[in-house]
Amino acid sequence: MNITLKVWRQNGADDKGRIVEYKMSDISPDMSFLEMMDVLNEELITKGDDPVAFDHDCREGICGMCSMYINGEPHGPEDLITTCQLHMRSFKDGDTIYVEPFRAAAFPVIKDLVVDRTAFDAIIQVGGYVSVNTSGNTQDANSLPVPKADADKAFDAATCIGCGACVATCKNSSAMLFTAAKISHLALLPQGKVEAQERALNMVEKMDELGFGNCTNTGDCEVQCPKGISLENIALMNREFLGASLKSEK
Amino acid sequence: MSNSAGLFSSSLGRKYLMALTGLFLCSFLVIHLIGNVALFTDPVQFNEYTRFMSSNPLIRIMEIVLVVGFLTHIIDAILLTKANKAAQPVKYAMDKKKSTWYSRNMGLTGTIILVFLIIHLQSFWYGYKFGVIEMAEDSSGAAIKDMYTMVLAAFSQWWYAAIYVVGMILLGTHLSHGFQSAFQSMGLRHKKYTPTIQKVGTAFALAMTLGFISFPIYFYIIQL
Repeated sequence: MNITLKVWRQNGADDKGRIVEYKMSDISPDMSFLEMMDVLNEELITKGDDPVAFDHDCREGICGMCSMYINGEPHGPEDLITTCQLHMRSFKDGDTIYVEPFRAAAFPVIKDLVVDRTAFDAIIQVGGYVSVNTSGNTQDANSLPVPKADADKAFDAATCIGCGACVATCKNSSAMLFTAAKISHLALLPQGKVEAQERALNMVEKMDELGFGNCTNTGDCEVQCPKGISLENIALMNREFLGASLKSEK
Repeated sequence: MSNSAGLFSSSLGRKYLMALTGLFLCSFLVIHLIGNVALFTDPVQFNEYTRFMSSNPLIRIMEIVLVVGFLTHIIDAILLTKANKAAQPVKYAMDKKKSTWYSRNMGLTGTIILVFLIIHLQSFWYGYKFGVIEMAEDSSGAAIKDMYTMVLAAFSQWWYAAIYVVGMILLGTHLSHGFQSAFQSMGLRHKKYTPTIQKVGTAFALAMTLGFISFPIYFYIIQL
């Protein structure tokens, strides 16, 4: 396959950045998108140029590290996969492919296609956990009954890998799908219910403080999420937050 | 943040406010549309209806509540939009959205509807209250402001009728996203009921658009 890449190059946070065109030839349709990027970087290094910086880690769709806005969509054109699971056979010979970093004020570009997603960690740090010591004295799983429907919903929410595709595709760079997935994942389970009120208040407050936008219910995040996290979680977060705001005595 | 005053300064609180005022404004549309049906009955009845609406003390109080509702919805929208623009300062060179055009352009359709509203209020509300208006007779023979003739005159101009048609189509797109979106913002989402809410939202948007469009079109055609 021959393809033309239009890649965002940016030399650090202060650089203005620009789209640079690269012609690629003899690309195998069986290559993953990241392998194709590796080939590009090999060529750049051979020529003595600066390779394109991009995030990647497990390369099997579970770590949430790979990002990139490929041809107008986070993780590229296919549904329910991450960039590392995208293959060149999803494109046609002669295609032009735009490769851009995730865009959000809360995700500043570090270099080229690498963005700083520390903001997600900061949201987790204010409540995305349960304060129960489970190490060494784990109790029997059956001693705390969880309704099957709740367990399923909590598990669905827990599949969020925190990649940031929801923020990237949202016209408002809103982190509500991510935050909602974490809030509902824990609020649906007995261990998480204890701190549910505080969690909802603190995580939403942090999300606002970090400069993410607001949800306008367009639903783009749900479509682009590689794990198919549903908007149902945002509704649950909205309920949790409203209840917590009214009940909280702080 | 966690007290009720802080609630409405949070992102979610502002969404609740947007949803509640939006649904309140929807209820106003229903009342307005039902009242307008008097235009199709007879001129005397319509003129008496407008006199009732502009003099009844309860309606006058509701008028103030309505203005507050509109202003809250508009100011809240401006605050939210400002934050949203700041959240994504750099746009993509290539961006493919899967969502509907109208769900992404509530600010645009809302702004055009506001312009329409100003034109509408200038013509009829200001015109009725402070403008030069012909007098007619009510059912008891007393003098009454002739709003009916005023409406007739306004819609005899093709461009004025066209403003209404465009305004109401945009209102329809605004409602078709806004109505069901309000339930989602309030956290009212349910596997069983949400599909019905979405259908009701679409039906409501269609009913309001077709209902309000019928007046300029009807009065323009009968005066050709």
